[in-house]
Amino acid sequence: MSGYLSIRNLTVRLKGGAMILRDVSLTVRAGQVHGLVGESGAGKSMIGKAVLGTLPRALEVVSGQIILDGTDLQTLDPKERRRRIGASAALIPQDPLTALNPSKRIGPQITRRLVDILGWPKIAAEARALELLEEVHIPDPARVMRSYPHELSGGMRQRILIASAFAAEPKLIIADEPTTALDVTVQKQILRLISEMQSRHDTALLFVTHDLGVVSKVCDTLSVLYAGKVVEEANMHRFFMRPIHPYSAALLAATPTYTDPTGSLTPVPQTVIDGVEREVAEHDMRAAP
Amino acid sequence: MMYEVRDLRLSFPDMAHKPLIGAAPRLEVLKGLSFDVPKGAVLGIVGGSGSGKSTLGRAMLRLLEPTGGTISFDGTDITHMGEDQLRGMRKRFQMIFQDPMSSLNPRRRVGGIIAGPLRLQGLDGLTGRVDEALDMVGLPRGFAQRYPHELSGGQRQRVGIARAIALRPDFILADEIVSGLDVSSQAQVLNLLGELVRDLGLTLAFISHDLSVIRRLCDRVLVLHHGEVVEEGATAALFDAPQAAYTRELLGAIPLPDPHQTWG
Repeated sequence: MSGYLSIRNLTVRLKGGAMILRDVSLTVRAGQVHGLVGESGAGKSMIGKAVLGTLPRALEVVSGQIILDGTDLQTLDPKERRRRIGASAALIPQDPLTALNPSKRIGPQITRRLVDILGWPKIAAEARALELLEEVHIPDPARVMRSYPHELSGGMRQRILIASAFAAEPKLIIADEPTTALDVTVQKQILRLISEMQSRHDTALLFVTHDLGVVSKVCDTLSVLYAGKVVEEANMHRFFMRPIHPYSAALLAATPTYTDPTGSLTPVPQTVIDGVEREVAEHDMRAAP
Repeated sequence: MMYEVRDLRLSFPDMAHKPLIGAAPRLEVLKGLSFDVPKGAVLGIVGGSGSGKSTLGRAMLRLLEPTGGTISFDGTDITHMGEDQLRGMRKRFQMIFQDPMSSLNPRRRVGGIIAGPLRLQGLDGLTGRVDEALDMVGLPRGFAQRYPHELSGGQRQRVGIARAIALRPDFILADEIVSGLDVSSQAQVLNLLGELVRDLGLTLAFISHDLSVIRRLCDRVLVLHHGEVVEEGATAALFDAPQAAYTRELLGAIPLPDPHQTWG
């Protein structure tokens, strides 16, 4: 199996301590959206950080390959690795307020990447930024370029971060809970926009979320994580029709839906947790030297 | 009626637009809300960010003083009641906060946290009451000796619930109490809250942005938008035939975990 991003048996741990990711493998192809779901602490965001080379300093990649466009990133020297990642991948972060510099105007925040990292002339970068703001349906883009982040709404700021992520035409985008901080009505617009941009630019998208509802709207395939281990990898439609792993089924059963008023909410049963914990322990036994 | 709210208004000085000299203009957050909360009801209060949900909740508990209209609690007008009188009332209405990490004092043990409001009300037999509250929320009594950071998010939220019910109030306001939790802990906390309401005969107002959660728990729903009530009614009726355009928009925007949902 090949794809634009291919992660093979990635194991990450706290230096000299706990396992964070256990033997994670997944593939994201150009034009496809792959969801990473799981509860908090399952390691969803860490996969994205490992790919982008932004893992916290306390963590280390123990083994495995991260293959971006045919090249194993682990085999490159750090400088070349950063250059590769910078040229071909980008991030849409969760919180549109903290991701933008409050003391700088929007324009330079979008063009910086193009000018500083990719060496575009300033004028070309500004023209590109204007074009992008129009593409993400921002009214009066010239004015927004001169605005500061606090002058814009949360939805508007998230549109800017999306424009910014697509600025250098990356082949891979990692979206880390990009709509968690937004109202549902704004979330809907932003999810539509991400899907629209992703299919127009034929980007491979790794979509981190805790919300199975969101997964069913944007993803083609997904991985369910528990304690840093992929417990199920699935085609999206198959997953919602017929989840295979008991933990996946339990997560679905615990998710409330307003269309189903009668059924009671079922927390993930202890037997399921015990079962998946046992799988994790067995994995660690096998992995131990 | 547990609550009768009439033409409730609340405004803050809008310091962002204050002229150099003179008073700041008023920012209207609640623009004349009227509704009742019958005894024993579970009322869901839903709306987007900035709709006034939390401000309404805080006004109902008189953590904020309204600038207009009236709020009556079980027949008593509390709209402008002074702090001394309010202290006596407060054992009858309690609140559970959104973020259990920031609403529980990290330097106090769980037992001390739950006993706090009991002590303020001058009650005795604190240990017994704390144990009883822990029993009711399904936490082991030994948890009284632990600190908040030793607990999971769901367990911390149970402590928040225990603190609210320890006083045996008539009314509890829960402000977005499950929005920071994973679905499994969310299901546990919602089921627990449902049981407590039934067993203790509580009246509950449940503020949430999540209509799926509201449908599971509440028997009435109040939809807020820009500080006004756009729709109010029995849960089933409101979900089956939403009247206000804004309610329909909210419902239509929810992504259900179902690939076949027609999502606009």
